Amino acid sequence: MGKFWVIFVASILILLPFLCNSFSPDTPTDRRVLVLLDDFAIKSSHSSYFNSLKSRGFDLDFKLADDPKIALQRYGQYLYDALILFCPSIERFGGSIDVAAIIDFVDSGHDLVIAADVNASDLIREVATECGVDFDEDPSAMVIDHTGYSVSETEGDHTLIASDDFIKSDVILGSNKITAPVLFQGIGHSLNPVNSLVLKVLSASPSAYSANPKSKLSTPPSLTGSAISLVSVVQARNNARILISGSLSMFSNRFFRSGVQKAGSTTKHEKSGNEQFLTELSKWVFHERGHLKAVNVKHHKVGETNEPALYRINDELVYSVEVYEWSGSSWEPYVADDVQVQFYMMSPYVLKTLSNDKKGLYSASFKVPDVYGVFQFKVEYQKLGYTSLSLAKQIPVRPYRHNEYERFIPTAYPYYGAAFSTMAGFFIFSFVHLYNK
Amino acid sequence: MAAPETSTAAVPTLHTNNTLRNAFGGVLSFFILLLIGVLAFLIRLFSVIKYESVIHEFDPYFNYRVTQFLTKKGIYDFWNWFDDRTWYPLGRVIGGTVYPGLTLTAGTIWWLLNSLNIPLSVETVCVFTAPIFSAFASWATYLLTKEVKGVGAGLTAATLLAMVPSYISRSVAGSYDNEAVAIFALIFTFSLYIKTLNTGSLFYATLNSIVYFYMVCSWGGYTFIINLIPMHVLLCIVTGRYSSRLYIAYAPLVVLGTLLAALVPVVGFNAVMTSEHFASFLVFIIIHVVAFVYYIKGILSPKMFKVAVTLVVSVGLAVCCAVIAVLIALVASSPTKGWSGRSLSLLDPTYASKYIPIIASVSEHQPPTWPSYFMDINVLAFLVPSGIIACFLPLTDASSFVVLYIATSVYFSGVMVRLMLVLAPAACITSGIALSEAFDVLTRSIKFQLPGVSSGAEVDEGETSSDTTEARNDEVKAEKPEEKSKDRPSKKSKKKEREHVEKPSAKAKVKTKAEKKRLLALPLEASAVSLLLLILLGAFYVVHCVWAAAEAYSAPSIVLTSHTRNGLHVFDDFREAYAWLRHNTDVDDKVASWWDYGYQTTAMANRTVIVDNNTWNNTHIATVGTAMSSPEKAAWEIFHSLDVKYVLVVFGGLIGYPSDDINKFLWMVRIGGGVFPHIKEPDYLRDGQYRIDSQATPTMLNCLMYKLSYYRFVETDGKAYDRVRRTEIGKKYFKLTHFEEVFTTHHWMVRIYKLKPPKNRIRGKTKKSKSKTSSTSSSKRSGTKKNPWL
Repeated sequence: MGKFWVIFVASILILLPFLCNSFSPDTPTDRRVLVLLDDFAIKSSHSSYFNSLKSRGFDLDFKLADDPKIALQRYGQYLYDALILFCPSIERFGGSIDVAAIIDFVDSGHDLVIAADVNASDLIREVATECGVDFDEDPSAMVIDHTGYSVSETEGDHTLIASDDFIKSDVILGSNKITAPVLFQGIGHSLNPVNSLVLKVLSASPSAYSANPKSKLSTPPSLTGSAISLVSVVQARNNARILISGSLSMFSNRFFRSGVQKAGSTTKHEKSGNEQFLTELSKWVFHERGHLKAVNVKHHKVGETNEPALYRINDELVYSVEVYEWSGSSWEPYVADDVQVQFYMMSPYVLKTLSNDKKGLYSASFKVPDVYGVFQFKVEYQKLGYTSLSLAKQIPVRPYRHNEYERFIPTAYPYYGAAFSTMAGFFIFSFVHLYNK
Repeated sequence: MAAPETSTAAVPTLHTNNTLRNAFGGVLSFFILLLIGVLAFLIRLFSVIKYESVIHEFDPYFNYRVTQFLTKKGIYDFWNWFDDRTWYPLGRVIGGTVYPGLTLTAGTIWWLLNSLNIPLSVETVCVFTAPIFSAFASWATYLLTKEVKGVGAGLTAATLLAMVPSYISRSVAGSYDNEAVAIFALIFTFSLYIKTLNTGSLFYATLNSIVYFYMVCSWGGYTFIINLIPMHVLLCIVTGRYSSRLYIAYAPLVVLGTLLAALVPVVGFNAVMTSEHFASFLVFIIIHVVAFVYYIKGILSPKMFKVAVTLVVSVGLAVCCAVIAVLIALVASSPTKGWSGRSLSLLDPTYASKYIPIIASVSEHQPPTWPSYFMDINVLAFLVPSGIIACFLPLTDASSFVVLYIATSVYFSGVMVRLMLVLAPAACITSGIALSEAFDVLTRSIKFQLPGVSSGAEVDEGETSSDTTEARNDEVKAEKPEEKSKDRPSKKSKKKEREHVEKPSAKAKVKTKAEKKRLLALPLEASAVSLLLLILLGAFYVVHCVWAAAEAYSAPSIVLTSHTRNGLHVFDDFREAYAWLRHNTDVDDKVASWWDYGYQTTAMANRTVIVDNNTWNNTHIATVGTAMSSPEKAAWEIFHSLDVKYVLVVFGGLIGYPSDDINKFLWMVRIGGGVFPHIKEPDYLRDGQYRIDSQATPTMLNCLMYKLSYYRFVETDGKAYDRVRRTEIGKKYFKLTHFEEVFTTHHWMVRIYKLKPPKNRIRGKTKKSKSKTSSTSSSKRSGTKKNPWL
């Protein structure tokens, strides 16, 4: 009996790494989250946010950022599926974590939430820069808005901003409209406009600028207006998602609960939009929304079912692909009318919108162009907030075989007639010439 | 060996043993021919013995791959083969763009051997196809020269051809290229044409068309035949040598040959549509007009004929002018005047270098240098003129053809090194004739002055047996009536040049007279010395040919060797690199390299390539050339758009291998710039000089080819000294941003790089701050330079 136990335990141990595999394409939800804090007070002062994550099934592991024992991976396996950095002032991480380790963590497909604050350390700035976000380099600068500030506060420097300039995307912010403005107090950042991977989720109003509120303005602020981004998200090419916020306090219970009235506005909201905004955003960041997968790419000739190794020019073919979206617990059919397939050889020869059957199956039927070469079926689906689908399947297209042309062309009959009559005439002529004596 | 026998055979009186001697001569020449064939085969085996049984160079690899396909899939699949592994993503219709002669020949040999239960691999068959066919070629040379000047000249020419270096260079074992079989087909076509011309037999005319068809199947050089034969026919007509034999030799060839040529997919309608073939049709019309005129002349009285001529000529001229005007208009309406680029560069040697860099870039399309003549045909270069003179003694239809052949091929060989190959058979034939004539004269005069003694014995011993045979044959022939003796005696009459004798009786008189004169003219000592010198000349030729076969032309070029103080070094880097690709990359990965290495990559690494040695699409090649001449980022984008995964460059700087990509680079710039004008050649040259040292232009030092070639090169010796360019390179320390090195062969000859995937994230603009002081960070703010307050 004991022997069987040993075998059982051993097999469990062998299977364990596979059982608790990190991010998998089939169940893209992150479950184990490492939260790095400056001090454990944040754990209680920001408990609403953490509780909303816990209630959705996340397993949060709180650690001090300079804890010498923290590590992201052990024996090549990542211990966590996501990382939350609520440690804006940390100069050096404890344990084996550094900028490169965090970047590797992201590059292997894991998610990241960064909250900076005034006096954010160079380390946090560097991580943000690697992700494509440039915080204002003046360490004491904050975002100031003299028209868009929140009037409920008594402080007069207008650094507590009530912003409602959200990105227009149901995928990122959920389908329920966020009515109340979001309170923000912290530093702004700018994005490189050519960077297509990073999105401005919450931007400052046109009257905002970034400067040190305590000192007089000696030089024009480098960041002004709606170029300032308050909260941004990044979706890397491997679909790892990153949330970067210039304010740690916007996650706090105090901001979640406080009411808000925007300067110049008469409506006073009982509750700020922070909770809804950040909860919905965390759903997107942790892949509970907007995560697509494409499976079962198939193509075949019309009237056949087997996939051929190559097509002939002018063949009629059917292309189909199944697209699903992760709902947080299961794969649901993705329904859209803008998925297109290209039949591509250096440039698209056929560009066709796929029709779907509402069950996730997209298909299109078209005729192979009258050009031979090595084509590709390409689906390049890049939609705001969704994971990008990029499918390419190579398929050669051959010309006609020698016996696939028409044997007799009707328009050529005069020539056939001419040829055969000449041959007959010559035969008769030779016969007469030779034997007519 | 043969010398004493021949002399004893020559001693008995002529009439009694005539038949026996003929038979004896026949057997002897048969064995000599057999030995020539063996010689031709064996002299080409140096490459197998010194290296290994391996396919050589570039094009043969493609032919080998096609042959493999043929033996695996059969002829119909070969015909319809659409190859998706080359010219990605365009693909190539192999069946319709390849001359199938060589492939079908080797495929047939393989199939035949296998059905005889001789299980040879396809590669072995391919390796030995060329030597086998060079044996055939020397026999065809024998047939051709025999028709022109008799058996002796034929055997001499065959011996010369069996080991002429020019031909060896293209037909050593492993050199599995079209020329290997095409030269045989070329000579055989000519010999059948001469045979038809001499006999007037329709059987040979038909055979000629079929062999011409084989030639068309084998090589694009068939246009040489279809232009040379019409030229000869025209020459015959102009010099008043029209005969029905000429008509039979020519007309069926044009009709049947053109029909058959149109059957080859790669030629197709070109056989009637391109200017290369117009000459044959024009002459076809002319020969019919001439034949008609001769016919009319036969049935009309001379007076009536004159009237008819004036009538026809005036009408005919008008019609001709009209037709020619239409033709010129038609031809002129096409942009290249109906001529393909390669043909135009034959007529105007500067055409290619002016307009088509892709043709000019190939080294074998360059004009040859004088040393290459000496290297490739050696002493034949000196014998050719005397051979031409011999052809004029007297000028027959057949010998005029040889003169025309040598004249045109000398011109063509002067245009392109590659066409040296066409010159070689002509040189062998004329030299064979010259040598044979000289030996004939000398041995005969010796024998005449030493009656009853086995005269030439001691002189002839070292030399090839064919010479003595030739002398003997000559004697035999001297007694032959009619045809053969018609030209033979007058040929000997060196003093009575260009005497055209119509009647046999007069001829006989001339013959005896001439013989006496000649025999008296040459003293014994002079003959002996000349013989000795000729034999020395021949020996020199043999030594040179063996040396050329063993040393110069046997290197397979994918395996290199070098002799140093430490012994023999073997550089097998190419196969190392291709093997790496085959084992370490995905089957569908695309490999980009300059087109030289395309065939080898598909055949040996079995990976898809972007461009290869079949340079059919100039734009595609220019795209690759542009990528190689661009800076890294632009190059990455070009390659990425072509789905390229790996880039392969050949680099000889470490071991001093001169034909590497850096030396070919200017051609990439030129070809790329020809299509994409933003690549400009002067940007890569410093004061018109191509250099890669510290004086090189920044464009040169930043282009992809430079970077991929010299990446990490400084780590080899610390100085980055390039042994090909004999200089230190200009930029030694640099990093690659868009490519990563994945493999470099043992001697650094082949370097393989992988395109880095697009970055997972895009970094922000902020530089990594080294210091934490706020002063530096504020000075780094964007827009500070425009700020008037700072």
